Amino acid sequence: MEGTSEKLSLTSMLSKINIRAWVSRVPLLGWLIGALVAVGLEMAIGTPLARGLGLPKAPVLFGFVIMLKKPLLIPSAALYLALIYVLPIGLITRFGSAALNKLAAKLADFSTVFSILLHLALLYLALHLWSGMSDYRVLVVKLTLIAVMVTLSLNVINGYMGEFSCSHPGFMALGAYAASAFTVSLFVNDKLFGVALLPAAIGPFFFPIALFLGGVTASIGAMIVAIPSFRTRGDYLAIISLAFMFIVKSLIENLEVVGGPRGLGSQPDWANLPTVFLTTVICIWIINNFVRSTLGKALNAVRDNEMAADAMTVNTRRTKFLAFLFAAFWAGVAGGLFAHVLRYVNPSTFGIQKLAEVLAMVYFGGLNSVYGAIVGATSISLLGEALRPLEIFKWIIIPLLLILVMIFRPTGLIAFKEFDARQLIQPKI
Amino acid sequence: MSLLRVENMTHFFGGLRAVHNYDLEIGPGQVRGLIGPNGAGKTTIFNLITGIYNPTEGRVFLGDNQLNGRSPHEIAALGIGRTFQNMLLWRHMTVLEHVKMARYSKIGYGLIGAFFGTPRRNREEAESEEKAHSLLKMFGVDQFADQWVPNLPYGAQRRVEMARALAMEPKVLFLDEPTAGMNPEELVQMLAIIRRIQEKFELAIFLIEHRMKVVMELCERIQTLVFGEVIAEGTPEEIQNNPKVIDAYLGKEIVE
Repeated sequence: MEGTSEKLSLTSMLSKINIRAWVSRVPLLGWLIGALVAVGLEMAIGTPLARGLGLPKAPVLFGFVIMLKKPLLIPSAALYLALIYVLPIGLITRFGSAALNKLAAKLADFSTVFSILLHLALLYLALHLWSGMSDYRVLVVKLTLIAVMVTLSLNVINGYMGEFSCSHPGFMALGAYAASAFTVSLFVNDKLFGVALLPAAIGPFFFPIALFLGGVTASIGAMIVAIPSFRTRGDYLAIISLAFMFIVKSLIENLEVVGGPRGLGSQPDWANLPTVFLTTVICIWIINNFVRSTLGKALNAVRDNEMAADAMTVNTRRTKFLAFLFAAFWAGVAGGLFAHVLRYVNPSTFGIQKLAEVLAMVYFGGLNSVYGAIVGATSISLLGEALRPLEIFKWIIIPLLLILVMIFRPTGLIAFKEFDARQLIQPKI
Repeated sequence: MSLLRVENMTHFFGGLRAVHNYDLEIGPGQVRGLIGPNGAGKTTIFNLITGIYNPTEGRVFLGDNQLNGRSPHEIAALGIGRTFQNMLLWRHMTVLEHVKMARYSKIGYGLIGAFFGTPRRNREEAESEEKAHSLLKMFGVDQFADQWVPNLPYGAQRRVEMARALAMEPKVLFLDEPTAGMNPEELVQMLAIIRRIQEKFELAIFLIEHRMKVVMELCERIQTLVFGEVIAEGTPEEIQNNPKVIDAYLGKEIVE
């Protein structure tokens, strides 16, 4: 009886806290500052708090792994999450929203560019500090950022242009290998390429060149899919793109000069968190600029009705060609980063499994949307890591989630929503 | 003196002859009509001139430029705008985006502007948006500017399609059954709109229509097409009384 009345008062208390109204009043600045405080708190008292609650150490990935491996520790993990994350963020956003909105307004008035850069700096700081507590976290953040790039570039073809392209793992592979061949042959003494040709000290300045080279290689490969796309749509193009993926994979497996099926390793350790973060931000910025321009919206026109686009002066061939090469470029850059984060790459990574992952991210997150790509990449990546202890169930749960989304929201969680950085940093009065 | 000239155009789809020895001349500011039974080849002629098909024989000229053999978007950029019988709209784009898209050929900022948001790109996009809004206001659909086009009522969609065709600043406007599906009130409004834009933009207009009222009121000269051949050409009065036209298309009741 007592338990019921306790539950009743909790729900009545919760219903008084109108979550939707609360969230709609918090500017982006508020969430970032809240996250920073939470991260700072974890750095200060995280480990002792965890031990005090009976956990072996501070949970690395929001407690998912602990909850799945040792269900008895679920209450402790939940309490830890509530105290370290939910409480600081909740308090700051709930009671600081007035002050935060004033601050956001002052920043936006001063200079939108400065405000955007400040928000990015805060985001980076939060990620940097959070991942500072564990190497595993660093890896997860880097791989998630790379996934965002891949998903966004795939969204350009599958979402904005409305094709069903299976060639993205191929583009990633081309980028990964081109960038790796560049850095390893020039800066590393290794078995495949022999002696380093340039001193390692100047290496990091060449990393952008390596990534660019990876992107360009992927773009050149993309012509193989782009040119057939002039005449074919839908299923037929899907098959051509699938064939492309297999061709690239087999090609690499048969190229002994880059290690063949044994892979290519000893990439220099240049893909640190700032580099990956910066590349991802630049990727999002450029792709968003493109899809918001008339040149970019032409992709939508070609998707929705090619004949009308033709009649309205849109060069449909150039549009399709551009879309494929542009998307492939960023997939290649992402592949190059991927190879340097793991410091090893082999062709089996870029097969059907990778295709399933990237397709899931795009269709789950939302088509034709930068937000969708970010949400899809982040959620599927984190979910994938969180479900790692469950091994086989991971690839039952993620597809099931995808099926649910396809039934209830066929275009994905956040589709067709325009990303406007200017609006994002505005105060929410 | 002619703006658009078609010389002896014949087209085969495989073994089927769809259009035979078709000629056309439209001068600046003139309004021409094309009537005929369904399946006569009227829309095919539109598609041949605008480049969707490449004519088997014959030539098409817009001013000094030869059109046949060019791709549709080139022909459109040279100055031929059109609307479609089935109203080919873009399902996931807003009204404003529809009208801005037709200005694709006028864009100068290229890839650098598109990727990096240069001042030139911002300026050109702002200009394009302003022009789009003024066109939308003229057609009375500016209030729908940020809505997806499929959400609009049918009449508004037709007007958006016309605004879109005008956004590319054409010299000749091809209208394929612009009053299809309209009630008498909407029809009168559409007639007024067509007259207004023809005056304001000094357009030559080439019109396919089934409603005789529209054709007779708007067109200076009319061609009657049956099985891909022009069986009669003349002023509205001449066509109305032409026995071949009455036989093949109009029917005896109209004459009464």
